[in-house]
Amino acid sequence: MSLGDLMAFAWRALRGHRLRTILTLLGMSIGVGAVVLLTALGEGARGYVTNEFMALGSNLLIVLPGKTETTGNAPILGGTIRPMTLEDCEAIQRRVPRVRRLAPLSVGSARVGYGERRREVTVLGSTPELLPVRHLEIAVGRFLPDVDLDRGAPVAVIGRTVQEELFGGANPLGQPIRIGDWRFRVVGVMAAKGQSLGLNMDDVVIVPVTSSMRLFNQPSLFRILIEVGAHSEIDQARREVLGVLRERHEGEEDVTVLTQDSVLGAFDRILGALTLALAGIAAISLSVAGIGIMNVMLVSVSERTPEVGLLKALGAPPRQILKVFLVEAVMLSAAGGLLGLLIGYLGSSILSRAFPALPAHPPAWAVSAAVIVSLLAGGLFGVLPARRAARLDPVLALAGR
Amino acid sequence: MIELRGLTRHFRVGDQTVRALQDVSLTIPDGDYLALMGPSGSGKSTLLHILGCLDRPTGGMYALDGREVGSLPENELAAVRSRKIGFVFQFFHLVPRLTAAENVELPMVLAGMRPAERRARMTKALAAVGLTDRAAHRPDQLSGGQRQRVAIARATVMGPSILLADEPTGNLDRASGHEIIELLERMNGGGLTLVVVTHDPEVGQRARHILKLVDGRIASDGGSP
Ligand SMILES: Nc1ncnc2c1ncn2[C@@H]1O[C@H](COP(=O)(O)OP(=O)(O)OP(=O)(O)O)[C@@H](O)[C@H]1O
Ligand SMILES: [Mg+2]
Repeated sequence: MSLGDLMAFAWRALRGHRLRTILTLLGMSIGVGAVVLLTALGEGARGYVTNEFMALGSNLLIVLPGKTETTGNAPILGGTIRPMTLEDCEAIQRRVPRVRRLAPLSVGSARVGYGERRREVTVLGSTPELLPVRHLEIAVGRFLPDVDLDRGAPVAVIGRTVQEELFGGANPLGQPIRIGDWRFRVVGVMAAKGQSLGLNMDDVVIVPVTSSMRLFNQPSLFRILIEVGAHSEIDQARREVLGVLRERHEGEEDVTVLTQDSVLGAFDRILGALTLALAGIAAISLSVAGIGIMNVMLVSVSERTPEVGLLKALGAPPRQILKVFLVEAVMLSAAGGLLGLLIGYLGSSILSRAFPALPAHPPAWAVSAAVIVSLLAGGLFGVLPARRAARLDPVLALAGR
Repeated sequence: MIELRGLTRHFRVGDQTVRALQDVSLTIPDGDYLALMGPSGSGKSTLLHILGCLDRPTGGMYALDGREVGSLPENELAAVRSRKIGFVFQFFHLVPRLTAAENVELPMVLAGMRPAERRARMTKALAAVGLTDRAAHRPDQLSGGQRQRVAIARATVMGPSILLADEPTGNLDRASGHEIIELLERMNGGGLTLVVVTHDPEVGQRARHILKLVDGRIASDGGSP
């Protein structure tokens, strides 16, 4: 019996039970579709995070207090953590020539008020360098004044949302605002930027770093952002910065220096694991679909027992009966797989159209795995029913037993 | 030529042994026409299945055209069935989703015959049973007699030497039963060995020999009736 004949015979059998065939097909296609769609989602998330961190610029170093392993594990805190100070910043700037720009950052949260209006806002303390380092833009007025690092100044730059909430349509420039118990004068308004690295940059107030550290009574900086001349210098710069800080912190390495590469690497691992987990969930639905195929084939064999008897009476050896039912199972699962691919691709293209920030493209490995597994599933889960049919006693089978 | 010597067929049912055939010795020359008769449960179907290589004897010898086939493995028995044996059953056993033509082609498909030859043989076989105009009909669109004629076309299309029919008229009215027997006899006239199991004495009378089974033994090897 040629493959074409086998397939024609299987096709007739499948068409003979239209509803059952369609339902089984659906089971398999949902399994394959799930693999394609969920892995596309995982890859999309990965792409999203990558893009987000790419925006940082590849020659940025982020220094934070505390020794944190950057492998994506929990922070390991060793020994005492000395505060990271403005003096550290000055030392880095003085002694590491590869540092092109440096912006200290302190962060706090405070109630900001103007007249009768109040708003709980994230307050960032930094220097004029923050503007180029974080690629920010001023909409109106100017940014922080270029004063000595350790001198505070009662001036503030506000985000777009803060402006709208506190001033409405009025011009905020030169107006006094309260941050906590302190008074600041608004000198500028940031251009709208939106969400960036988990912070809504439109809903912040930026003040000189010395002022914010005093305001929040913080002995240590939150971060030091360092921009080096070129990406190729980043590892060298990282070592030098660490060296300077170790020296200043009595020989102890109690800071962590993150690079875009290290952050991306960590996220990549996390999201890679996420994608795998999604693939695992999808694989479960795929194997459920495989069991569905086995079930349908078992039902089919027991329904068609007299037919098996007839095929044997007509001279079909056991191997041929096995092939007849195996081909049927594989055709069922392959058709389901194809339908699933269609569903998966359609779903992910709808997804990436609906959320353009999420580049949800199914990865090739998942697609090929899904197709291969769906084919194998038919073969694998089809074997048991097919063998059952092949082993039937011809006389008993003819009698339907 | 079919030769049986001291053939037995026992079934184990639990701890009991059903002796369906006991010490059956028999010679059926080529082109013979034999009616197998006897009460229900006497072993007629069992004997027919063994003759058709669908079942194997428990003891004794079965030689088909001089070759011992009683103890062949499944695969070789299947090959013998494919080449030499045609079956006709009481309940037709047509594949319901296939047309008459496709049902007739089925044994040739299983044997791996090329489509062109299949088609030619099928056309001839359907013509021989007078169903050329029903080739595209499915079994549920045919009468009982027509279904049995499709089954006969299917049983003969591979050019077997033996045609075995187990109560071929058992499910038909007198008129179409008569037609079927005449058709089978025409096949026998063409040289096929014909063995018909029947309860109907009228059908049995037409055979060249009647073999009567009682309790699995040959009660009378009637020769000509
Ligand atoms: N697979 C089996 N297992 C156990 N006993 C069986 C089996 N097949 C047949 N028998 C027994 O063997 C005996 C002969 O059965 P067989 O079917 O050959 O009778 P039969 O002459 O064809 O009867 P009928 O005229 O009713 O068709 C019966 O007693 C039956 O119960
Ligand atoms: Mg019987």
